[in-house]
Amino acid sequence: MDKLLVSPAPHLHSKENTRRIMRDMIIALMPSVLVSVYFAGLSALLVIVVSVAGCVLIEHLIVRYLMKKKTTVHDLSAVVTGLILAANLPVSSPWWMVLIGCVASIGIAKMTFGGLGHNLFNPALVGRVFLLISFPVQMTNWSLSNSIFRPDTWEFSKGLLGAQGQLLDAASGATPLGIIKEGLANGLTMETLSQQHDFSYWQMLFGHIDGSLGEASALAVLLGFAYLLVRKVIKPLIPVTILVTVALFSGILWLMDPSMNADPLFHLLAGGLLPGAVFMATDYTTSPMSPLGMLIYGVGIGVMTMIIRVWGVYPEGVSFAILFMNALTPLLNKIKPIPYRKEVSLG
Amino acid sequence: MSKTFSIGGIHPDDCKFSKDYPIENFPIPKRVFISMNQHLGMPAVPVVKKGDAVKVGQLIAEPAGFVSAPIHASVSGTVSDVAPYPDFLGKKVLTIVIDTAGDQWEEGIDCSPGVRHEITVTPEEIFKKISASGIVGLGGASFPTHVKLTPLEGMKPEYLILNGAECEPYLTSDYRLMIEHGQEVLIGGELMRRALGEDVNGIIGIEDNKPRAIKLMRELTSKSLQWKVVPLKKRYPQGGEKQLIDALLRRRVASFALPISTGAIVQNVGTAFAVYEAVQKNKPLISKVLTVSSSDLSVQKNYRFRVGTPIADILSLAGAMGKDGNLSPQFAKVVNGGPMMGKPVSNLEAPVMKSTSGLLLFTEEETKRKEPGECIRCARCFEACPMRLQPYLLYQLALAGRTRELEENRVFDCIECGCCLYTCPAHLPLLDQIRLARNASLKNKRKK
Repeated sequence: MDKLLVSPAPHLHSKENTRRIMRDMIIALMPSVLVSVYFAGLSALLVIVVSVAGCVLIEHLIVRYLMKKKTTVHDLSAVVTGLILAANLPVSSPWWMVLIGCVASIGIAKMTFGGLGHNLFNPALVGRVFLLISFPVQMTNWSLSNSIFRPDTWEFSKGLLGAQGQLLDAASGATPLGIIKEGLANGLTMETLSQQHDFSYWQMLFGHIDGSLGEASALAVLLGFAYLLVRKVIKPLIPVTILVTVALFSGILWLMDPSMNADPLFHLLAGGLLPGAVFMATDYTTSPMSPLGMLIYGVGIGVMTMIIRVWGVYPEGVSFAILFMNALTPLLNKIKPIPYRKEVSLG
Repeated sequence: MSKTFSIGGIHPDDCKFSKDYPIENFPIPKRVFISMNQHLGMPAVPVVKKGDAVKVGQLIAEPAGFVSAPIHASVSGTVSDVAPYPDFLGKKVLTIVIDTAGDQWEEGIDCSPGVRHEITVTPEEIFKKISASGIVGLGGASFPTHVKLTPLEGMKPEYLILNGAECEPYLTSDYRLMIEHGQEVLIGGELMRRALGEDVNGIIGIEDNKPRAIKLMRELTSKSLQWKVVPLKKRYPQGGEKQLIDALLRRRVASFALPISTGAIVQNVGTAFAVYEAVQKNKPLISKVLTVSSSDLSVQKNYRFRVGTPIADILSLAGAMGKDGNLSPQFAKVVNGGPMMGKPVSNLEAPVMKSTSGLLLFTEEETKRKEPGECIRCARCFEACPMRLQPYLLYQLALAGRTRELEENRVFDCIECGCCLYTCPAHLPLLDQIRLARNASLKNKRKK
């Protein structure tokens, strides 16, 4: 009799747990991972493996030997950070740079703040921006020439890329956003730019390698998004708000002057917007918890992204925009939800 | 279309394994332990002493004020003790112990099986009878029913809601009562409706995982102008008083306000049955239906039990106890009530009470709390909270003991439904801490 459990209600618990959520995130990232490996071959795989292994190892070492606690890597959150960091790096990233990115992500952005649930900024994005500032050349080198494995050694990817003649463009080392930024700055118009470069929306949707790993295919990201929605891991509010804001912002500019501004579809498909909106802006810990907070956060990311893309120095601004709004999240979390009923009876 | 409440909620598996087990009369126990704390409010005061002979239905304790209720003998025999005994939580409460002899009923109680339809009493008589029969809310709160039916100044009842939601998983006692005694439940409801006023509308809310009960109650009310049956979505806590009023009437109860402030009074279907027996059969509240269930399909029962029957007797006959008199080894926890809001039983010798709706058995694997992790700010608790509170925030404030901020964040709106704790992927003891902080804060308030 004395063995009866007497913990208070509720006596049952949902099957949900943190590890399961992280596992779903990993599954949702798989289409993007597979597409990047398909197009860039083992170079992409190398970046991904080093990034994931690095993040897991660094977390383990810090928790086990610095904090002297039981390791936390089994919650799989370090694996998710590793995958997202890899998605933010070019295929040509040298392994040592990836490792530095892991240290910045896990060591600085996550563990310094107290680990899972305590970080202010998205760890993978801190890693990316740290590398972008420290190694601007390597971080914007989209060519495959200095990577260990070249895709043209792989018959299947060579066939696919070769047929569309994109290998050359890829090796030229500029993303569509970069081409536009530079071209417009040099006094060219959208019309001449799109004549010189073939911005194929189909390619942006299905797959290309001129950009970070996670930007390889918009469709793969959307597949992951659908999975996350079905599994109820994330709500659509944040990604949808970001995308709608970017579409509206770029749409207005485009309507005002189509010769100097790319159209909304280009802005939606180009660069890191989709993976950023789906996988990074939705990070629980660094995004607001109430619907109104999420809305403001989403609009903020959309606006910041467009401001940086159009008027900033960098061609792409999604990661800066997300980090900026991460910083505002504690403030947005102070917004009180609309109460069940406003009146308070004194009876 | 089934109706539902507008904020939060969760969808646990309903696990109604015992729904096809008809109500059996539990054998009269050799001895009953009748606690004086069968209701919310002041404990009743015994009017019998050791050695007295009592009959079934005889008054053995009087109410100790308006918010209190009388208690009647559930068996006939001799009072063998009037002293504090530990209840199912292990807390000592004044208890009348009766050693059973035969089954002799007080005169004037109608034990015939037939249903008495015709209502011949005035509203005042109905109210008096409910008050004198020791009827309390049988949905779990055990608030004295006559208090809830007493009109308050400036608040006019418009709706009487019979709560047949039974949204707690596992429990099937209300369901069995509706499909086996639907007529009596409805008559009991009609009696309460008349006690409240002729122009009050009656609504019976039933979750749509009980189509048989909805169909039957609809047939029974098909000719009635005053009653209607409304199906509700299977969603927890659909049967919470505030959620039910929201689902059926789209009215919300303000903080600290009584539900009657919205014009609605909610009574459980079990309470309606007790009112029928009291008014039509002159039978006080001495028995009730409970569910014995577990995910082990061999232990499934719905029993009508006499108040004060030891828990161990019930579990033993239901097949949950070994020959050695101990609980079967696969079970690690016994819950008095539903899995979401019921209380853990620590003492199997203790008796069941007027409001016991179920005795549920759980294995260690099913019920043991997992090691809590870190809050990942997923906001699942916020989305699940039917009172739109921020459980993650209340939890932190509770841990830090910040009473004023807890109150600013409406900690007193918490209905302790358990949705937050149920849904937390980090297994944080959200409700545990909120409950502790709230109780501490209440105690402080009383001191002042």
